[in-house]
Amino acid sequence: MMRDGRIATGWGLLAMLGAVVAFGAIPASAATTLETIRSRGQMICGVNNELPGFGYVDAQGNYSGFDVDFCRAVGAALGVDVRFRALTPRDRFSALQSGEVDVLSRNTTWTISRDTNLGLDFVATTYYDGQGFMVRKSLGVKSAKELGGASVCLTTGTTTELNLADWFRANGLQYKPVLFEKADDALKAYEAGRCDVHTSDKSQLASLRSAAKNPGEHVLMPEVISKEPLGPLTRHGDNQWADIVRWTVNALITAEELGVTKANVDQVAKSSKNPEVQRLLGTTGSLGKDMGVGADWALKAIKAVGNYGEIYDRNVGPQTKLALERGLNQLWSKGGILFSPPFR
Amino acid sequence: MAEGAPISRSAIWRNAQVRAVFYQAVVLAGAVGAGFVIFQNTLTNLRQRGISSGFGFLRNEAGFGIAEVVPIPRLEGGFLAFMAAALGGLLVVILLAWVAGRRRRPLWSSGWGMAASLALLLLLPGAVLYVTHGTIRTETYTEQSTYGTALIVGLINTVLVSLVSCVLATVLGLLIGIARLSSNFLVRRFATLYVEVVRNIPLLLQIVFWYFAVIQTLPSVRQSIVVAPNVFLNNRGVYLPRPEAEAGLAPMLLALFLAVIAAMLWTRHARAERDRTGRQLPVVLPALGMLIGLPALSGLVLGAPFTLAHPELRGFNFQGGMVLTPEYTALVLGLSVFHGSYIAEIVRSGIEAVSKGQREAAQALGLRGGHVMRLVILPQALRVIIPPQTSQYLSLTKNSSLGVAIAYPELVSVAGTTLNQSGQAIEVIGITMAVYLTISLLISMGMNWYNARVQLVQR
Repeated sequence: MMRDGRIATGWGLLAMLGAVVAFGAIPASAATTLETIRSRGQMICGVNNELPGFGYVDAQGNYSGFDVDFCRAVGAALGVDVRFRALTPRDRFSALQSGEVDVLSRNTTWTISRDTNLGLDFVATTYYDGQGFMVRKSLGVKSAKELGGASVCLTTGTTTELNLADWFRANGLQYKPVLFEKADDALKAYEAGRCDVHTSDKSQLASLRSAAKNPGEHVLMPEVISKEPLGPLTRHGDNQWADIVRWTVNALITAEELGVTKANVDQVAKSSKNPEVQRLLGTTGSLGKDMGVGADWALKAIKAVGNYGEIYDRNVGPQTKLALERGLNQLWSKGGILFSPPFR
Repeated sequence: MAEGAPISRSAIWRNAQVRAVFYQAVVLAGAVGAGFVIFQNTLTNLRQRGISSGFGFLRNEAGFGIAEVVPIPRLEGGFLAFMAAALGGLLVVILLAWVAGRRRRPLWSSGWGMAASLALLLLLPGAVLYVTHGTIRTETYTEQSTYGTALIVGLINTVLVSLVSCVLATVLGLLIGIARLSSNFLVRRFATLYVEVVRNIPLLLQIVFWYFAVIQTLPSVRQSIVVAPNVFLNNRGVYLPRPEAEAGLAPMLLALFLAVIAAMLWTRHARAERDRTGRQLPVVLPALGMLIGLPALSGLVLGAPFTLAHPELRGFNFQGGMVLTPEYTALVLGLSVFHGSYIAEIVRSGIEAVSKGQREAAQALGLRGGHVMRLVILPQALRVIIPPQTSQYLSLTKNSSLGVAIAYPELVSVAGTTLNQSGQAIEVIGITMAVYLTISLLISMGMNWYNARVQLVQR
């Protein structure tokens, strides 16, 4: 009897050990990400699938959104198809680490620990966000400071829960977190009345509110309790690939600055006398070739999705259901903080 | 050949015993070696990719909140003394039982043996607890606690939900299983309906159903249903008064302990009397009387054991008192209803496995219905029931991880958060697997021990 028990323990431990290390023993591939994508003929991009405006998949399986479009831009710059992989906050880093996706573009906050611990690199900021609170209008709450003792619904595995804890601690208030795996479920529980408050990045709250049964019933609190620079990530150590993703984002921002749009890009490429435009679109110079992509990489990206402003307006801008003002995400020249390094 | 003793001349590598050990050792060494290589490989890979590794992160501040936390006693002072007393008492009882077994006089067959074991098992740790409770310090998880503490909180929540669900599922399964064999048409059909419906719908769906479709549709906090005075039901949970220990608690527990001993002695006496004279003395009423009367007397004379802290609506939620959260309730309901249906089938098959002749013989002896079931059928049915029952407990415990879908902070949920915040996937998954494995092996061990006890004893 005891003998059996001990043998079972031994085998169980061995099996467990085996599973754990096997999980970790995926060999580091020698090929660079760019080579892998070229030989595959396809770029795989990890995105959100339940956040309308940023990353969303419809009933036909079509992906759309702000983060999705940046992936499309990179794919177009390389001239390859883009396949999307829906990821939860919990899976996203492992998916990138293990090579299941080539780039992660999923409203992910750039923090120092993520940048240094995970073997991943943040390559750009595409959206400057901050965390906020959404409550039911009927509660009559005017400020987040009145939320002591409230139940808060949120999605787990994000900076959101850490900011929330920090903020309530700093303000000496109590709260009850109710943590869901899926944003859908967190919203459903908040709507059902399980929680008084829903918290997330303000852009997400706007998105979720637009998806709520009755958007008019909910209000956003004025406080912004954190800095949330969101942007794409690549694996640490593959600098060429990181450069391609980073400079594609920069190209889209610069395009807006220079007035290059999806509609006029072909014509501008032919006729523009502006040397920076010429360098950006590959009419002169060898910027694209130096990076390992075609000379017209930026032109193709802009042609596919438009410049930064077009992407913004199409997915989350004032004309959409989300109705997000540009705010910080305006060009530096127009009062925002979008500032691309020069194309030189 | 002066020495005379015959010596085996066969070479050592031909010795069957040596060879058996040798091959096992080779296989074991191979396995360990392979494991070591994979382990090293993993570490190298992680380092090359710049991913942090190691278990040091367990001491880092977690920073996230957990909704349901129970105070964890610190491993120091009074708590260590209490654990030592509990374990020591258990070990001594096991030793005594072993000695008594060798003498073919089971420990529990004598009144003294029984009283002594109960005293060792309950009274000794209780006394130590009473003396040292002032020095027991607890830690309640906050955002400043470590990842390690967070994982322990998750483990405790898993255990809390599994334990309660196992008990409820067993009770439910036993009742439904017996009802499946009832001679009453309606009862029998209802039990069949329950089993067939419940066990054919995926568990995750059921849990989500209980959570979103049943509990979340209850009225809001301000429109709470008042179930009983100071008991409120709403979509944030069931709010109950919380008992808080007072000076009368220790004497009352002591009185309860004495009442248990007295009731057991009385039951034994009644049985001996019946065996001797055939006269059945009343058992249930006197035993109940002792179990209720003695503690009640203590409460009256030495003061109430606890006072009740009532929940009251302050701000957004009820404060004070205690709460069964919707997440906990839905998970317990889902798990016990689902596994109850499987256990019902196990119980039914166990009962039907006892040959009809046993029942008829018992009836022929003049035993009443309840006695037939309790004295003849169930003891034999248990032999068939226990092994599959063990697997039900195992799968129930593992299924408690589905709580992650409805925001119950059990181990998988907390581990997932830890994984994401610390980024150390391999370590966290390893810990989670090791913990589930340990829990499962403990359950298996306990059930195997019980199984060995109820099996037919070959004489």
